[in-house]
Amino acid sequence: MQDVCTTGERLFKELDEYIKSINATPDKLISVLQKAQEIFGYLSPQVQQYIADALNIPASQVYGVVTFYNFFSTTPKGKVQIKVCLGTACYVKGADRVFERFLEELGVEPEKPTKDGQFSVHAVRCLGACSMAPVVLVGEKDFYGRMKPDMVPRIIAKYREVKS
Amino acid sequence: MKPILVLVSVDSNSVLLGAKQFVNYLREALEKYNLKDSVDVLETGSMGVYTQGVVMAVFPDDVYYSVRSVADVEKIVSEHLLKGRPVLSLEIPRERLKLVVEKEKVTEEVRIVLRNIGVIDPRSIDQYIARDGYFALHKALFEMKPEQVIETIKESGLRGRGGAGFPTGLKWQFTAKAQADQKYVVCNADEGEPGTFKDRLIMEGDPHSVIEAMIICGYAVGATKGYIYIRGEYYGSVENIQKAIKDAYDYGFLGENILGSGFSFDLTVRLGAGAYVCGEETALLESIEGKSGRPRLKPPYPPTNGLFGKPTVINNVETFANVPQIILNGANWFKQFGTQGSPGTKVFSLVGNVVRRGIVEVPMGVTVRELIYKFGGGLVGGKQLYMVQTGGTAGTFIGVDKLDVPLHYESFRDHGVSIGSGVILAMDEDVCPVDVALNTMEFFEHESCGKCTPCREGTRLAVEILRRMSRGQGKREDLDTLRQIAITTQEASLCGLGQSINVPLLSILDNFREEFLAHIGATACPRGVCRFEKPVTKVKTRV
Ligand SMILES: Cc1cc2nc3c(=O)[nH]c(=O)nc-3n(C[C@H](O)[C@H](O)[C@H](O)COP(=O)(O)O)c2cc1C
Ligand code: SF4
Ligand code: FES
Repeated sequence: MQDVCTTGERLFKELDEYIKSINATPDKLISVLQKAQEIFGYLSPQVQQYIADALNIPASQVYGVVTFYNFFSTTPKGKVQIKVCLGTACYVKGADRVFERFLEELGVEPEKPTKDGQFSVHAVRCLGACSMAPVVLVGEKDFYGRMKPDMVPRIIAKYREVKS
Repeated sequence: MKPILVLVSVDSNSVLLGAKQFVNYLREALEKYNLKDSVDVLETGSMGVYTQGVVMAVFPDDVYYSVRSVADVEKIVSEHLLKGRPVLSLEIPRERLKLVVEKEKVTEEVRIVLRNIGVIDPRSIDQYIARDGYFALHKALFEMKPEQVIETIKESGLRGRGGAGFPTGLKWQFTAKAQADQKYVVCNADEGEPGTFKDRLIMEGDPHSVIEAMIICGYAVGATKGYIYIRGEYYGSVENIQKAIKDAYDYGFLGENILGSGFSFDLTVRLGAGAYVCGEETALLESIEGKSGRPRLKPPYPPTNGLFGKPTVINNVETFANVPQIILNGANWFKQFGTQGSPGTKVFSLVGNVVRRGIVEVPMGVTVRELIYKFGGGLVGGKQLYMVQTGGTAGTFIGVDKLDVPLHYESFRDHGVSIGSGVILAMDEDVCPVDVALNTMEFFEHESCGKCTPCREGTRLAVEILRRMSRGQGKREDLDTLRQIAITTQEASLCGLGQSINVPLLSILDNFREEFLAHIGATACPRGVCRFEKPVTKVKTRV
């Protein structure tokens, strides 16, 4: 318990420093939320309240913004997020079968993390790499192009051990 | 300068083929063979062709390679660079280079927006300057009055490349005329139209052209602050734009008293948080202000009431990228390309089942047929073309009977073929229109911001009906209901998202009516695509 608490405090301190460093005004709310999600992994009610207080805006406004944008999540996601593009260019090349295969192999529903918290699978819109359709993005930067369902197990294996 | 130059095409698409890894390996190999002092390696932006591997060019020999593995790189270094023997097996045949090599391009290709892409190192401001970069800014600041800049843009006939085709000069003029203590210039780099990746390649391959244009615009309309709103997922674009902004400050093109002219301009990057509707100009402004990106009621329009309520110019990346060349070469030069109503060029993204997928810049008025067969190299595996989506998700679905329609900003009104953001998605006979329509409407259902009822409910209903059809439970009256939904949503919605769903929906219903009918009362999808009893996984969150 002790441990968790201090980690939590450390994270809030990090957020606080960021807010101070950019001299945050209400129009910077989205940047602050982006940073907070990077720090905490997701935006819990406590984190949202904290930001509302820091920027001096109503918590309901923060909540409205958080739920509006796809990027923000109010529940934990997997350490490794697998994003499968279902944009039209990918879709017509069989992206839905790739998406289903990920869900099957991991035994999860979309958006929900696996039991061990390692993975979550997300359907996303065009990633701007359409000439390589179908496209999968693992984490923030690892792109896989011309995906076939058979390539799915290998990709999962590669990220089994990765720590967020 | 070293005697040999190797150009490697590194962009978000070629990175997927291992471009970064090849560059690293190339550097190591040069070290290993002691060639470091005689060979320069330059990472450039897109060289256009992806389907063949990563493009690597060796100068002055003028040999182009397609590289698929580090073993290929090793071969090129040990054979060509070390011994001077080109590796024939990896060479890209001349005729396939049409898309790539500037000096060998076919007459139809014209590079205005893409002139530097694949030619310069986008991270080097010096290389941009060496290709006349920031000359237009200098010309505007010292040889032209703000009104003359606006007059030139108006005269050129440049129209917005973000999809709607609004005359850029007029937009600037409205903003210039508005009286206010503060005005803004905003670049719409939220590229979200599925299938489009031109703005990304422009920002990754030639970021300074966009920055230069925004400063010129600021001077013309009297704005001193600019924002570039970039899609959060576009890491490569963000990096290159941020580096470019920093360099522009260091060189005195941004900041106080630019080049001693007395004009000052500041530029900031803002990242999107993943909502398609934020590409709509007023939603984007809301988002920059830190709010939910829900569109505003128009009028008033941004030129009078934009960011923080102040007069604001908002233009697309590609629109801006045209500006420096127009200022440098004049309106008449620009008007020699394209059609009378839509002068200049357009950057198209060729995707789907074409042989050469990638981007190509050609004069307005090009036909879909030319794009697919001449520039795209036809269909993979010699298959038959069946359906083409033009202009993006909010664009049109056409059959092969409309391939010869020239594309420009009137081609939708005149022929029902939309140019939109420039997507050409070619589909062969393995697709099913019902399935594609469902995917398209699911996209709109998810991206509808929910602010107004017709769009929120209309997209939901359309998805419900199409989903039923794709499971084999469609009814004849469904087709009429879908039409009704399309028309009502178009007429009653608040913003361009809801107002444009009739375009894809009606075009696919009309052009592929037979296929929709064939799904009704059938026991299996006539095209073998829809899974008639498959439980549908509802896609919730898209990032
Ligand atoms: C739903 C929706 C999404 C849009 N997305 C984009 C986009 O991603 N990029 C863009 O430049 N314009 C987009 N637009 C068009 C903008 O509203 C606006 O017309 C454009 O930024 C104006 O710039 P331009 O005149 O240079 O084209 C979108 C419009 C709508 C209705
Ligand atoms: S038309 Fe759709 S996206 Fe636009 S404001 Fe209405 S609900 Fe939102
Ligand atoms: S449609 Fe998937 S990357 Fe563009």
